[in-house]
Formats: sequence, C-alpha cells, structure tokens
Amino acid sequence: MFSLESGSGFWNPVLWVLALFILFLLFYGIRGFGKSTYKKGTEQTKVFLSGNKETSPEEMHVKASNLYWGFTTSMKSLYSLLRKMHTGNTSDYILWFVVVLAVVFLIMGVM
Amino acid sequence: MTFLETLLAHSPALVIATPLLSAFLVPLVGRISPRIRDIFALVMLGVTGCFIGLLASDVLSHGSRVYVFGAKNLSVPLVRILFEVDSMGMFMAIITVMLAGIAVIYSWSFLQKQDGLDKYYTLLLLVTTSALGMELTGDIFNFFVFLEISCIASCALIAFWVEEGEALEAAFKYIVVSSIGALFVLFAIGLLYAQYNALNIATLAHLLQFSFLDKIILVLLLVSLGMKAGLAPMHMWIPDSYGRTPPSIVLLIMSATLASFYGILRVIFTMYGNVLTTPLRFSLPAHLIIGWILIALAIVSILIGVIMALIQTDLLRLIAYAAVAEIGYMFLAIGTSIAALGTTYATVALQGGVLHILNDAIDIGLLFLVAGAIYFVAKKRSLDDISGLARNMKYTTVFFIIGLLAVAGMPPLNGFTSKFLIYESVYQVNPILSIIALLGSILLLAVFIKVFYAAFLGPELPELKDVKEAPRSMLLAMGFLAALAVCIGLFPNIFLDALVKPAATALLDHAQYINMVVGGL
Amino acid sequence: MIEYIPYIGVVAMILIGLYPILFRRNLIKIVIGISIIESGVNLFLIILGYRDGGVAPIFTSLPPGTTYPEEMVLPVPQALTLTSIVIGVAVLALMLSLVMHIYRKYGTLDVQKIRRLKE
Repeated sequence: MFSLESGSGFWNPVLWVLALFILFLLFYGIRGFGKSTYKKGTEQTKVFLSGNKETSPEEMHVKASNLYWGFTTSMKSLYSLLRKMHTGNTSDYILWFVVVLAVVFLIMGVM
Repeated sequence: MTFLETLLAHSPALVIATPLLSAFLVPLVGRISPRIRDIFALVMLGVTGCFIGLLASDVLSHGSRVYVFGAKNLSVPLVRILFEVDSMGMFMAIITVMLAGIAVIYSWSFLQKQDGLDKYYTLLLLVTTSALGMELTGDIFNFFVFLEISCIASCALIAFWVEEGEALEAAFKYIVVSSIGALFVLFAIGLLYAQYNALNIATLAHLLQFSFLDKIILVLLLVSLGMKAGLAPMHMWIPDSYGRTPPSIVLLIMSATLASFYGILRVIFTMYGNVLTTPLRFSLPAHLIIGWILIALAIVSILIGVIMALIQTDLLRLIAYAAVAEIGYMFLAIGTSIAALGTTYATVALQGGVLHILNDAIDIGLLFLVAGAIYFVAKKRSLDDISGLARNMKYTTVFFIIGLLAVAGMPPLNGFTSKFLIYESVYQVNPILSIIALLGSILLLAVFIKVFYAAFLGPELPELKDVKEAPRSMLLAMGFLAALAVCIGLFPNIFLDALVKPAATALLDHAQYINMVVGGL
Repeated sequence: MIEYIPYIGVVAMILIGLYPILFRRNLIKIVIGISIIESGVNLFLIILGYRDGGVAPIFTSLPPGTTYPEEMVLPVPQALTLTSIVIGVAVLALMLSLVMHIYRKYGTLDVQKIRRLKE
C-alpha cells in the first residue's frame, strides 16, 4: 500500500507517519513523568545564558545576514571565488555560454 | 462521431488555440470590467485544462496521438506541421496549466493596485500558450517558434515593475540570454534541415545517422536549451529575473523554463534515441559521454545553487538560487538515466527526474508565493528588515514550513519522494554523486531554516506591528500548492503510476514515437 | 570551393556578432551583435533553400516547359526565414525599448555599470 519501489529499496510514507505518531505518543507519555511543581515568576522560569544578563528580545535577535557567520567565514576563499564569478555583467553570461559550448564541443570530439 | 469524440480529435489544436485567442480577448473583456477580466482569464485556463484532461485521459489509456495541421495526404510530404501528443507531453502540459491557473488566482490580490493588468493577463496567457506549444509539438521548427514566443512574452512580463531599474536590467539580461540561446537553436535546426530535408522530430529521429554535423547539432541544442533551463554555469539570469518580478510571474517563467528542460529530454531521448549507443570517442558509447557531461553540470548547479543561496539576504533571490539547485537535481537524474541507459536503475532515475519536474514546480512555486505574500504585507525585500511575522500570518507560516520541508527533501513531503528515487539510482552509478546530492539537500534545509528564523521567528519589529494575514486569493493559491505537496508526499505511488511511469516509458520508447509518424502518415 | 563561401560567411557573421556581445560595453552594440547573429542564421537558412536552376513555386506563373514539381523549389527554408525575420524584428524592438528605459533609469549605457543585480 502506498509504497515506492526504487529497485534496491522502498519508501512508504504512511508507515513513516505512523511510526512518527507512535514515537510522539511515547515521548508525550515520558513527558508526563516530569515534575510539574515549578513556581511561575521565579528564577526557575528564566532563561540561563551562561551567567550573562538577558537583554530585550529586539537586541538579542540575530539578523539574517549574520546567521551562518562561521560557515561563510571558514569558506571565505570559496565565496570570494563565487562572488567574482557572479559579476552581473550581461557579457559574462554569454561568455559562460560560449565557454560551456566550447568545452562540450571538445569533449564530444567535434573540435 | 459523437460530439465528445470530435472534441477529443481536435483537442491538441484547441489546447493551443484557447489560451492564444483568449489572450487577445482579455483587453476587450477588460473594457467591460476588471473583475470580469480576472475571472475570464481563469475560466479560459480552466477550459484549456479541461481539454488537456480530456486529451490526457485518452493518451494514457489509448496511446499517443498525432494531429495534422495542413494537408493530410500530400505528394510533397513537408508542407505541414504535426503535433505529436504523448504521455510525457501531457505530463508537462498538466504542470504548465496548473502553474498558470495558480498564478492567475494569486495575482487577483497581489497585483490588485497595479495598472496595465490587461496587458499582464494577455502576456500571461501567451506564455502559457508558448509553453504548451513547446510541449505538444512534433515539429522542431515549431518548437523554435514557441520558444521565441515564450522568450518575448516572458521578457515583457519580467519588466512588469517597470518603475524599478532592476526589473528592466533583469529583463534585458533575460532577453539577451534567451534570444542568443534561441538563435543557436535555430542554427541547429538549419543544420538538421540541411542534412535530412525534414523538420519533423520523428522523421529526423528515424533518419539520424550521428554524423559529424549531428554531433554539432546535439551540442548546440543541449547547451542552448540548457541555458534556457538554467543549468550552471549559465544560470546567472535565473536569480536576476526570478528575484525581480512579481511571484505570480515567476511561476510562468518557471513553466517556460521547464518546457525548455522538456525540450532537452525530447532531443536526447527521442531525436537521438536511435543513435545513443554508437561509439563516440575513446571507444566509449555516446550516451555515456553525454550522460556524464550532464551529471557534471548538474553537480555544479546543485553546489552553486545552495552555496550562493546561503549568503543571499534578498528573499526572492535566495529562492531563485534554490531553484537553480532544484534544476540541478533534475539534470542529475536524467544524466544518470542516460549514462546508465538500458539498466533498471536508469528507468528509476528517469522516473525520479520526471517526478522531480512536478515537485520542483510545486515546491519552488509555493516558496515564491509565500515570499510574495511577505513582500505584499511588509513591502520589504531584505530578510534583515523583517522578523516575527509568524504572530500575524499563521496560515502563511504553515505554508512556508510545508514548502521548506518539501524543497529540502524531508520526508514525508513530496520533495523526498523524487529525491529518494534520484539518490537510490544515482548511488548505483557512483556513490559520491549521491553523497553530493544529499549534501545539497542538507544545505537547502539550512538555507530555509535561516529564512524561517529570520522572517517568522524573533521579536516583532515596530514597523511591522500591524501586519495582516495575506488576502484570501493568495492564501487559496498557496494552500492549493501546499495541499498538492502533502498529497504527493503521502501517496507518491498513485501519482507515479498514473502520470510519471507512462511519461518515462514514453521517453524511453522512442521507436513508438517514430513509428507513429514514419509508418502510418 | 566557391560554393563554400556562403557557409564561411555564415560562420563569420555569427562570430562577428558574438564579438560585440562579449567584448563591447555599449548596450546598443550588444543589440547590434545579436542582430548580426540573427542575420547570419537567416543567411544560412536562405542558402539551404537555393537550388540550381529551380523556379519559384508559384503555380500560376510557371515558365513554359517546366516539369512540375521536380523543378520547383520547395519553399520551406524561405518560410522559415520569414518567420525568423518577423520574430527577430519583435525581439529587436523589445530590446531597444528596454535599452531606452534602462538609459532613463541608470543614466548610462555601459554594460559594466548596469549591474545592480549581482552575486
């Protein structure tokens, strides 16, 4: 029922959703064992930021362009190459077309 | 003949004629009332959809159809145009008309306050006509004509926000790229005509010898249609033009792009289907070399698409780079299928690729519509200027989560079903390819989690305090695509058996396509 | 040898057309380049249609003594060329109007400076 054969394996989304649902019930049950005797409005419900002071949410929000800062910084050489490639110049778009055309011609043994 | 049979017999022509004629009726109807014009465009697309449905049900149960424009019996058998309708063409036509219908519904509210909407609907219907023509025609020159129509009409649509210089720049880049691509296609068509004195795809496929000139033709068609389909490193026009147009127009340009992709499939599998196994170079068969060229370009597309998407801050442009990566997945699938021609997993790869055309249209389309909704309410392009939208836009948030998971290939949504078929079959060719494909999916997930965090989570910005939910027609369009994404994700085998498998079989069975024309007519 | 000259001309026109597109900075020159490539392709289609000693395929004005239909020229390449010219005019008009509007917005026609959309 509803399964997808690929020749070497299969994928059944309905089974998968069922398994996910059972897992959810399981974890929900486990959650029930937790203590519910915390006191609202005390230190217990506050965010713990390694001892740093919590500021307003507007100041804590990380802007989109700063997300993945670590990844982009460590890949700096790759990114500078790609930025150089995407010049935005119309002539370069056609240059890439001509280059690909020439390379494929060479591989196919026309030239 | 009953009325229905007559209608069916002429529906290949009617599929083209209905949107074409209504395109030129739209300005007249717009004179009566803009409201009627909006509904008229949707109704005419619905009628086209009915013809496509009628034709598809017949093609899927009784095999392909040939429709003759011009003389039926002629001593000189060239002065006519044939439409050859098979399951693959029907599959693409269904996607095209679906995207166009959704674009119309979406633009009811999205473009409500813009002027020039008469021309907008005319061009919208023209792009639809041209994409449908490219998918149904059996004549290579006719294919070129429709390609040029789509190029001109989409260029005019890209320049829709004509007050912004960037839109004009994007339109100029688009028309330079696509008109040069189309001219090289025309040159290849001229070479084909010079050799075989024919323009019909089936006749050409029958006569093709894989001579020196045929290699040149193949390369010209592959590379120029690849550029129109957005294959890296010729993809740069995609972020420019997708990122600067209203999202409803992006859906249409995407359908034209997918039609070019269909052109590549038709050229390789049907036109060169007979000669794919001839030795080409270093005593390697041609299909191996062509397949690996496509695989290499596809890997470049996937990597460039996701890596560049990671650093974008303009939301529409970011999704456009994700679209480049998705196109890479389609090329990876067909490249694998060609490189491993004849094996069982080649068929699986082709099925995955064909299903991914549909999934790409749904997922990327949905994300563009959500991005458009954000732009509509917040009037901001950059992700840095928006945050905390989930508070006021609950439905849009849900649709974005569905789109995010689908485009990243997370189970159980539709993106996973086709990517699953692609991973499994690509693994048989080379495990490294499948690792790169998985890596691309993971990075796509990372990219869209960033968007989700930046746009929907976080604190409410003061200038976005009184943002409202997107209007109803936009929600309807997004909801339709999201529902399709979930449906295909949960019941993939229904779609696979009904639409994708016949389409893949039609592509692989080029002898049948050829015999429809060469034997009988 | 002499019959190859038109084909050499076609290739030359396509290469000449590519030169301004790739290396010239003025948008108008890029448009001219595209126009030259298009003329080259059209010339190619016209050459294909040439048949030595053929007559135009007009039934009512056939020269006396022609055998029908062997000596008539099949008009397919001419039809293709006409279609292609019409499309070319439309593309040319659209491109020039875009160039005009770009000049209004950017104040320049230098392709190196018209790149607000990049990366």
